Amino acid sequence: MNTLRIRDLRLGFKGWSGAVEVLHGISLHIAKGERVALVGESGSGKSVTARIVLGLLQSLRSTRLSGLVEFDGRDLSKLSERERHALRGTKMSMIFQDPTSSLNPVYPILTQFHEVLRRANPAIAVAEARARAEKALADVSITDPARALESYPFQLSGGMNQRVMIAMALANEPSLLIADEPGTALDVTVQAQTLRLMREQVERHGTSVLFISHNLGVVREFADRVYVIYKGRIAEQGPTAALFGNPRHPYTRALLDAVPRITGEGIPEIEDASEAYFAPTVVHEGYGEPEGVA
Amino acid sequence: MTHPLLSLRAVSKTFHTGGREVKAVDSVSFDVAEGECLAVVGESGSGKSTIANMILGIYPQTLGEIAFKGAALPARRDLAHRRAIQLVQQNPLSSLNPRRTIGASLRLALDVHGIGEKAGRAERTGQLLEEVGLPADFRTRSPAALSGGQRQRVAIARALACQSELVVLDEPTSALDVLVQARVLKLLAELRKSRGLTYLFITHDLSVVRNIADRVAVFEKGRLVEIGPTASVFEAPTHAYTRRLISAVPVVTAAEAALRKRLTEDADAHA
Repeated sequence: MNTLRIRDLRLGFKGWSGAVEVLHGISLHIAKGERVALVGESGSGKSVTARIVLGLLQSLRSTRLSGLVEFDGRDLSKLSERERHALRGTKMSMIFQDPTSSLNPVYPILTQFHEVLRRANPAIAVAEARARAEKALADVSITDPARALESYPFQLSGGMNQRVMIAMALANEPSLLIADEPGTALDVTVQAQTLRLMREQVERHGTSVLFISHNLGVVREFADRVYVIYKGRIAEQGPTAALFGNPRHPYTRALLDAVPRITGEGIPEIEDASEAYFAPTVVHEGYGEPEGVA
Repeated sequence: MTHPLLSLRAVSKTFHTGGREVKAVDSVSFDVAEGECLAVVGESGSGKSTIANMILGIYPQTLGEIAFKGAALPARRDLAHRRAIQLVQQNPLSSLNPRRTIGASLRLALDVHGIGEKAGRAERTGQLLEEVGLPADFRTRSPAALSGGQRQRVAIARALACQSELVVLDEPTSALDVLVQARVLKLLAELRKSRGLTYLFITHDLSVVRNIADRVAVFEKGRLVEIGPTASVFEAPTHAYTRRLISAVPVVTAAEAALRKRLTEDADAHA
């Protein structure tokens, strides 16, 4: 069974100057244990898609939403606000771009870790929370977990905080992890390390991942499958190797061409946004929607 | 004999914080030739921003000498120095005054440095915008009405407004989408050629550096660990830290992955 299934998702916002369409019918799925990337530029709709999956936009009065979002076989639109709330932090969790600002600066890590564990088990005692947190931090290669737990986020480096975030996000064994530009705020060597760690951890826990990023290099390294999104439409979808090795949609090609190469091919010539970017979705054989259809 | 445009000799900077001494920059020497693009790369804490700030005169160095066209730069810069050395920052939304129109921001640079006849300055702002690929009537807009790439073009226009010679580019494209980044990089390369500018390009993005810089200076913890022509630093880095940096860059093609793999193996062989 798929962890996540999205069918023809459309989203609009009603504002005082009329309605703005943000998503024009997105379909995607993530099988259990799969790492799927949604890659696009700012304003393409990748982050709102994540917010819909988290159930954060459904209750907004200005939102107009249609289509299906199914999580672990349950239609999210049929759940109450309360039930959606119960899923967050337990069955689905999230990692943000800047780890230091997504942790609370006035509480030590232990208090925050305890809070996370209480989402799944409200009765958990501090002693047990500490034991589980120590183990989880050790799993993400933090050498002195006891000391890290007593620290405040500002006492730890960005890379350490990111590892703490990964450990917290996986602490309740979620079926889906949503990672929104993880590590973009970090140095390259630290970023490479955290991605490796995250990969190891999700593999071990069998967690499905929705990986949201604008960084094509990072996506190539992390994801099994990729959806390229342009202005609320899926431009191209396929397995990572095929999509990077043989990009077929004009937008995917432009995006890939624009990335400077460490082999030094010079600065690419970029044409102005073209109508061709709106060409219909290119599906690599066997990677269509619904799952597996060409 | 001709002097390099900028030269640093045994420059150090020590900060005192909480009773501790932190050596942010440790006895660094390098030259920047006229018309050259020198990239300064390193991770956070490497001292690259401290170096930029000392060159710009935001704070003085603790030890050593910074010379511009062969003459030592004083701790307090006069107007001529401030005109010649300009800065483009990472985030144009915070480096442009949100309450000023684009035209007024550009005009200010012209007024402060007394560039051109007063009567012609308004028109000059329009020309400056056209030089960075924006329509002249953007003068009347506020920064909020522009996209990220357009704003960065305005910041570049402002740095050029006062006939600068050395432009310090501090992560000028890191906040931009990749398609926009490519266009802004192209613009920077063209302006350098057409105006004979010299760039000090500060960034952590090595793939950008590979394609825009003539030479690269690699910093680690305040020390200059490697400096050389871009192609040779990338193909045969001599310092272990440089190899580690390049091997960590996320890449998109098989050729890049192969280069990275070779450098990682070299690193293992040296270890």
